[in-house]
Amino acid sequence: MPILTFVLRRLFHALPLLVCVIVFNFILIHLAPGDPIQALVGEFPAPEAYLAEMRKAFGLDQPLYIQLLLYIKNILSGDLGFSFYYRQPVLNVILDRLPATLQLMLPALVFSAAVGIFLGILSARKPYSLADNGISALSLFGYCVPAFWFGQMLMATFAIDLGWLPSQGIKTVGADLTGAAALLDRAAHLVLPFTALAIRHLAVNARMMRSSMLEVAYEDFVTVARAKGLHEKDVIAHHMVPNALMPVVTIIGVDVGFLFTGSVLVETVFGWPGIGRLMYESIVKRDYPVLMGNFLMTTALVVVVNLIVDLVYLWLDPRVKYQK
Amino acid sequence: MSWRQLWQQFRRNRAAEWSLYLIIGFILAAALAYPLSPYDPFALGNDTLTPPRVGHWMGTDDLGRDTLSRVIHGSRVPLLVGFLATAASMALGILIGALSGYFGGRTDVILMRVTEYVLVVPRFFLALLVIAMLGTGIGKIILVIGILGWPEVARVVRAQFLTFREREFVIAARAIGASHRKVIFREILPNAIPPAVVVASILVARAILLEAGLSFLGLGDPNLISWGSLLSEAQERLGVSVWLALFPGLAISLLVLCINLFGDGINDVLNPKLRKK
Repeated sequence: MPILTFVLRRLFHALPLLVCVIVFNFILIHLAPGDPIQALVGEFPAPEAYLAEMRKAFGLDQPLYIQLLLYIKNILSGDLGFSFYYRQPVLNVILDRLPATLQLMLPALVFSAAVGIFLGILSARKPYSLADNGISALSLFGYCVPAFWFGQMLMATFAIDLGWLPSQGIKTVGADLTGAAALLDRAAHLVLPFTALAIRHLAVNARMMRSSMLEVAYEDFVTVARAKGLHEKDVIAHHMVPNALMPVVTIIGVDVGFLFTGSVLVETVFGWPGIGRLMYESIVKRDYPVLMGNFLMTTALVVVVNLIVDLVYLWLDPRVKYQK
Repeated sequence: MSWRQLWQQFRRNRAAEWSLYLIIGFILAAALAYPLSPYDPFALGNDTLTPPRVGHWMGTDDLGRDTLSRVIHGSRVPLLVGFLATAASMALGILIGALSGYFGGRTDVILMRVTEYVLVVPRFFLALLVIAMLGTGIGKIILVIGILGWPEVARVVRAQFLTFREREFVIAARAIGASHRKVIFREILPNAIPPAVVVASILVARAILLEAGLSFLGLGDPNLISWGSLLSEAQERLGVSVWLALFPGLAISLLVLCINLFGDGINDVLNPKLRKK
């Protein structure tokens, strides 16, 4: 099957999920306590005729299913609502913040995947050796420590106590830096939140890769490769790793959702101006349209990342053909 | 195998054994929080922001409240949420997994599609959204975390049902006229429990971390102390009073570590095939 057909089919497959999210948001709006028109008008005692007029203007006098259809139509045409707090369309607010989150998440994702896989391979080479036990301890740590608390500790130690790194934000506010200095400044701001965010995924990937490698180690084709007299390095690099990678790649896809979880908390700790921090601010400001738009947007992003993971899978394993 | 033998086998994993003792310790501390705390966790004191010292072993906060007492009291919400939310996830997951695996066909396709969707959706965002819009409260937190945890259980239970539904003992039970309900709950389900228990231990740990995250963002129960809310209070004063963040975070990490190690131990006992080679 051509790749394009596959991509389109998968996107089509994900469409019902996005509609579910939209319907869910709609239900939440109606479950939430309070009358939206009353909230808009405020405590002011408005005449009933005015309230009715407002209801009509916003389409709130229509039957529920019409309201739902209108809501879905609006969202599919790119109108995610209007932010009370920012006085801007929700989509603009989110798109403003998205680059910062990607700047934090993508390095964390790539680093934790690459280094996690490497540590897993190292671990599995000699199970229960000193290196393996050390890596296992590290991954147990990453598994159990709340990312945001780890971030707080990193900040207290390296930013506040030692003063090596900045503690808040994405860049030095007010400093007019250009070129390499600006890049360095951003990198310095990235180190701590990146570490806090990456540690859990590093742990998950290392653990997964280790057990996957150990499983593969007893397969016949590995024995054959060794019996042929291949160098141990070649056995690992060309026979074990490609086969052991599959479950790890799957986990990385699933874990992207958790990366968003981490980003909300870590961005809040470090004042990182991304969509995670936006989520927190919207909770505090009760800016519900932004919360809902953010939820829809991250779901869409996770779908896209999972699609990319599937493509990587396709490339890694020629046996997978994706045919029904 | 008798319980005694199971226990003997479990104890071979020393880390798991000690983790169990520590978990029991956490539960006792939560249950006996009032007699155990040296101070009233809400009582204001004159010693504000004192670092850890004799008498205030974990220091005090800006209002002079004793951190140790607050950390002890703060264990109640995470433990309650961890266990009750997991119980809810288990109940839902077992039901959905059993129906899906046992009946197969269209039921399976639909249920597994829903499961996949819940797995893909950023569940923490969903929990934030629901609690922010519908209001906080420990009941809601348990419900939301519980409902979001079922897919992992359902998948494992379904896999077991798929394996067992064609086995002789199941066919025999059907042949003597046992009802679907009886076959599902009496014949197959007991075989699906061991792997589900291992998933449950992971879910408890995750629910505790999720609750900490929600409380940290100010969405915990406003009337109750929780480790997450202590970390949220500590955030503003990280520079002056790092102990306010250090101890609650250590408590969370230790409890989650113990639950994970305990889960590994349970896994060794219940799924002997997977035991280390």
